[in-house]
Amino acid sequence: MRASSTSLRSKDLLGIETLIPEEIALILDTAEGFKEVSERHVKKVPALRGQLVINLFMEASTRTRVSFEIAEKRLSADTLNFSSSGSSVEKGETLIDTADNLVAMQPNMIVMRHKHPGSARMLAERYPNISIINGGDGSHEHPTQALLDAFTMRERLGRLNGVNVTIVGDIKYSRVVRSNIHLLTKMNANVTLAAPPTLMPVEIDKLGVRVVHSLDEAIEGADVVMMLRIQLERQGKLSFPSLREYYNTFGLTRERLRRAKKGVLVMHPGPMNRGVEIASDVADDPNYSVILEQVTNGVAVRMAVLYLLGGAHSTES
Amino acid sequence: MNVKKRLLDGARMNRAIRRMAIEVVEKNRGLDDLMIVGIRSRGVPIGERMTAEIEQMEGHPVPFGILDITLYRDDLTTIAPNPVVKPTKFPEPINDKVIVLVDDVLYTGRTVRAALDALIDFGRPKRVMLAVLIDRGHRELPIHADVIGKTVPTDAEEVIKVKLAETDGEDEVLIMEK
Repeated sequence: MRASSTSLRSKDLLGIETLIPEEIALILDTAEGFKEVSERHVKKVPALRGQLVINLFMEASTRTRVSFEIAEKRLSADTLNFSSSGSSVEKGETLIDTADNLVAMQPNMIVMRHKHPGSARMLAERYPNISIINGGDGSHEHPTQALLDAFTMRERLGRLNGVNVTIVGDIKYSRVVRSNIHLLTKMNANVTLAAPPTLMPVEIDKLGVRVVHSLDEAIEGADVVMMLRIQLERQGKLSFPSLREYYNTFGLTRERLRRAKKGVLVMHPGPMNRGVEIASDVADDPNYSVILEQVTNGVAVRMAVLYLLGGAHSTES
Repeated sequence: MNVKKRLLDGARMNRAIRRMAIEVVEKNRGLDDLMIVGIRSRGVPIGERMTAEIEQMEGHPVPFGILDITLYRDDLTTIAPNPVVKPTKFPEPINDKVIVLVDDVLYTGRTVRAALDALIDFGRPKRVMLAVLIDRGHRELPIHADVIGKTVPTDAEEVIKVKLAETDGEDEVLIMEK
């Protein structure tokens, strides 16, 4: 096992839950160095030259897949995008068979998204010489999203320790919120969750967060308000009477935001449902919204993760 | 590791850096288009001190940049843990500038090779010079320094330890033996 301050302990990034605070800080510090690369005229460094990274996306994605692909290209890795539509998955090939075949072509890393929780771990255990990066596994974890959220907060507010973060919306089905809770509590931020009772998992307060059911109460004194997308595709049937009623009770509006601290940051992992969880004018207001900064920072954070996992040990082992 | 010899103390180091600053101005015949660029990490304080010396001598500001060469190293896939990545910063574009790269020790030349590659990704300097506090020999690449604080013949088993007030609390250069 390598030292914790300058390297990650695992060959994979499967979630935030298994990281220690020093590893989180290392990724965020490294991302600062990589942010500068994206601001250059020539946005490319040779760090991962000759390494093959496969982006295995078995579930829809815009931001995460594109962000990883840009991060890989800026590090000079060779990239290959695999999505289930148009592939043999449609002919009934299993995930394991698909992955075995891709691995037979000797990639160094696989970035993976799949609807089943634990799918990334399964591949990580199956392939001891390949680094697996979880790009979202069902409603389990989405570690790079939480890392880019934390990077954005730390860059804007100067710290994570003691910051009041309110997360609102689809707590039950969101992998983003799970990764964020693990990360923010490990870094000593104060997390408040707000959602209708049908979208709030029971016993989630055991993770060290405050749970409220009123949006106004949740926003009071917040440094950061993070809105989550209502995941209609995971719910089966709607967990509340109507989208309009949801907006009226849990939608973020300019009016409601007045209860937060001055200079509050409004965040959203995307894709947004405008007029459902967030009012359009709030989402687009440069005084509050850092939603597009999150996207910019996502590339730097993913470069940092690829760099930290893609160094020596993947060729050593 | 044992200290074999103290090569420079604080006063002698200051004199060496001052002389390096004078030589840079002489070789460039003035300050035209000059930019000093320190290679992380110990090239940065040495470069800053040279810049201050030149500014004091000539009474004119000199731009100073910082170069991080980590991502350009040729041993990146073989060393663990990964070296820490930090930002590169230039105060202005490097196109058509005379760049003076500054580092603490010139040894195999591989750091300078990486620095040249990194530099070229930012633009096309008119000329690139190299200034080092210590040249200890044993080059593995065809690279030489234009300005040298002190040349020291060494054995491959010896280690040169440069300490600077900014990074290590004191100024001195030691030869250590394994």
